[in-house]
Amino acid sequence: MYKKKVTAISLLLMMIVSIVLSACGGGGDEDNAGTTDGGGDDQKTVKFMHLWPEGSAKQHNMIVQDIVNAYEEENPNVKVDVEVLSNDQYKEKIKVLASSNQLPDVGLTWAAGFMEPYIRGEKFTSLDDVLEGDLSDSFVAGTVDAFSSNETAYGLPLELNIAPIYYNKKIFEDNNLEVPKTFEEFKNVVTTLRKNGITPITVGNREPWTGSMWYMYLADRIGGPETLTNAINRTGTFEDPGLIQAAEELQNLVDLDAFVKGYNGLGNEEAKGPFMNNQAGMYMMGTWELPNYTTNEDVPQEFRESIGFFKFPTYDGGKGDINSFVGGPGVGLFVAEQSKVKDEAKDFVKFFVQRWGERSVTDAGVIPATKVDTAELDLPQMYIDVLDELNNASNITLYADVQMSAAAAQEHLNLIQSLFGKEIPPEEFAKQHEQVLEAED
Amino acid sequence: MNKVMSNKFVIALYILPALLLILVLVYVPIVLTGYYGLMDWDGIGEMSFIGLENYTRLLSDPKFWGSALNSLLLAIFSGVSLIGYLAISLVLAAKIKGANLLRKIYLIPMLLSSVAIAQLWLKVYHPINGLLNSFLVNIGVDNPPSWLANPDLVLGAIFVPIIWQYAGFYILIYYAALKNIPDTVIEAAKIDGASPLQIAYRIKLPLILGVIKVTIVLSFVGSLKYFDLIWVMTGGGPNGASEVIASYMYKQAFNSYNFGYGSAIGFALLLLCLLATVFIQKLTKSDDDIQY
Repeated sequence: MYKKKVTAISLLLMMIVSIVLSACGGGGDEDNAGTTDGGGDDQKTVKFMHLWPEGSAKQHNMIVQDIVNAYEEENPNVKVDVEVLSNDQYKEKIKVLASSNQLPDVGLTWAAGFMEPYIRGEKFTSLDDVLEGDLSDSFVAGTVDAFSSNETAYGLPLELNIAPIYYNKKIFEDNNLEVPKTFEEFKNVVTTLRKNGITPITVGNREPWTGSMWYMYLADRIGGPETLTNAINRTGTFEDPGLIQAAEELQNLVDLDAFVKGYNGLGNEEAKGPFMNNQAGMYMMGTWELPNYTTNEDVPQEFRESIGFFKFPTYDGGKGDINSFVGGPGVGLFVAEQSKVKDEAKDFVKFFVQRWGERSVTDAGVIPATKVDTAELDLPQMYIDVLDELNNASNITLYADVQMSAAAAQEHLNLIQSLFGKEIPPEEFAKQHEQVLEAED
Repeated sequence: MNKVMSNKFVIALYILPALLLILVLVYVPIVLTGYYGLMDWDGIGEMSFIGLENYTRLLSDPKFWGSALNSLLLAIFSGVSLIGYLAISLVLAAKIKGANLLRKIYLIPMLLSSVAIAQLWLKVYHPINGLLNSFLVNIGVDNPPSWLANPDLVLGAIFVPIIWQYAGFYILIYYAALKNIPDTVIEAAKIDGASPLQIAYRIKLPLILGVIKVTIVLSFVGSLKYFDLIWVMTGGGPNGASEVIASYMYKQAFNSYNFGYGSAIGFALLLLCLLATVFIQKLTKSDDDIQY
């Protein structure tokens, strides 16, 4: 009898312990949140979440850490609590945090379409007061607009990228080719390379944002810089002849066998392979690829020296000029609306942007969204060329999938894949875009 | 001990932790998902109640039904492949040489994570220097297809690694069930002059019918909600050619910010799985319980 009682009691104890333990696990978050508001006047904590882990983005990570340290030194009463996640994890976590009102005080966001639900849900706070004064002049024109809604800025851009066409100078030389200035010349380059058994262009269209850039350039050169943007913001239509013709020309390129075999099944990283191995002549990608052609010691020097870039050629009779680019700001900083240390957070954001510009380009090879004086910096020639192109740019069209709302972007990317795969005629491509964009209105 | 176990309080105490966990982690989210399905919600801002709009939209959404068809195809395909697994297990369970080693070889894919398998097969299917296309070029095929980029081929190309992935699991289950059949029964049949085929078909199969039924349900429902490998290999592309219900749900909820609609798809998926389970159980129902 006694023994049975012991058994029963010990089981009971075990249960109680396990319940208490699990309750503790749940309580952890609450404790963390408490430090943010509990500080009082003497000590405040700004929570900062970013997406540059030490492993995969060492330089970025180091710059951030340096800026945080410098800020803490200048403001001894503020502690910056940094949390690092990888890109994809970050995207998911920030969403969950937003829906449960637990966003970090300062974090990173992407422009336009990505931010839209956060702005609508009043999760980000206005940064107009931070931009007052000298700070607003230090950004490259138009970059803050991508992070604005109704003339109010909700994010401060850190990066700015344009997408030139990188080409292998050696392959061009071996095949007696010159940098094409017009689309006809460009097609000639494609056919010559293909004839000589070299893949003309590599693109990883399993991630269709890569193929989207090709379409966007054609749309720009044929229809002019505003046509696509107008179609997306509904002041124009996607069934514009320029946009349809661009789709046609893209399929002409497909017919010329311009793209790497199996492009619709390759990811961007896989598609990069043939270019990095001197097997493909051209590759269009954002300027975040520059380190691979300049400073990255892991890439053979001989290869780095054989790479150049050119601007997307003009189209005969088209409305766009050669200095118009596809590109846009990458990530930007936001301050959370429900932050309890808003003033400190804004101050930190300001400090961060000021420090970021110069260091990011020299140390991490990032083209910053703030203006950089190239004369004073020791940069590889390719960087100086790109920065000069940026200064001369007549227009930068923001990536279509970023401009669109998330749902429309998804559809756009699907349609790009079909267009490349020739599963859909150009008119139908335009019509389906029009339907999706129309439905959003 | 018996007395402790018959005490109502103790029974409740034993059941409660598991019950709580399953309620909080499984049933409550199911109910919540159904509830979110009634909302217009981007996952971040305010929700607004829109009644059954998401569900009616679902019924007339060709993309949903397209993905449902793909899921169903996968389910049928894995159902049929069970026959192959069964045949292999019958061979392995017979005392052949090297059965032990073979069993382990079949099991290995199951030990790999889906993402690793997906990466492996991405390399196999690589259009230029993949294992498969290199082989095809070597035997003289001029222009081997790009397996994952061709909308007509992609679904089949993805089914193969899925079948490969689960082969070990089902073979193991069948193997264990077959090993459980008492030798005396088999010997009696042999003495009566039954051929090996007859033994397999008339004795072994009926004896493990219960297990077979379970595996049919497992593979069917598992296929309906299949996600990970497809997501890594194609992301549902090109243009939805390999979209399944779960990947469509994910895209709606997390890429397109239609959390309400995504939830509705999730709930529909649950209903489909339940229906399939009930249907299969009805279909394979038999009254005679086998006793050894």
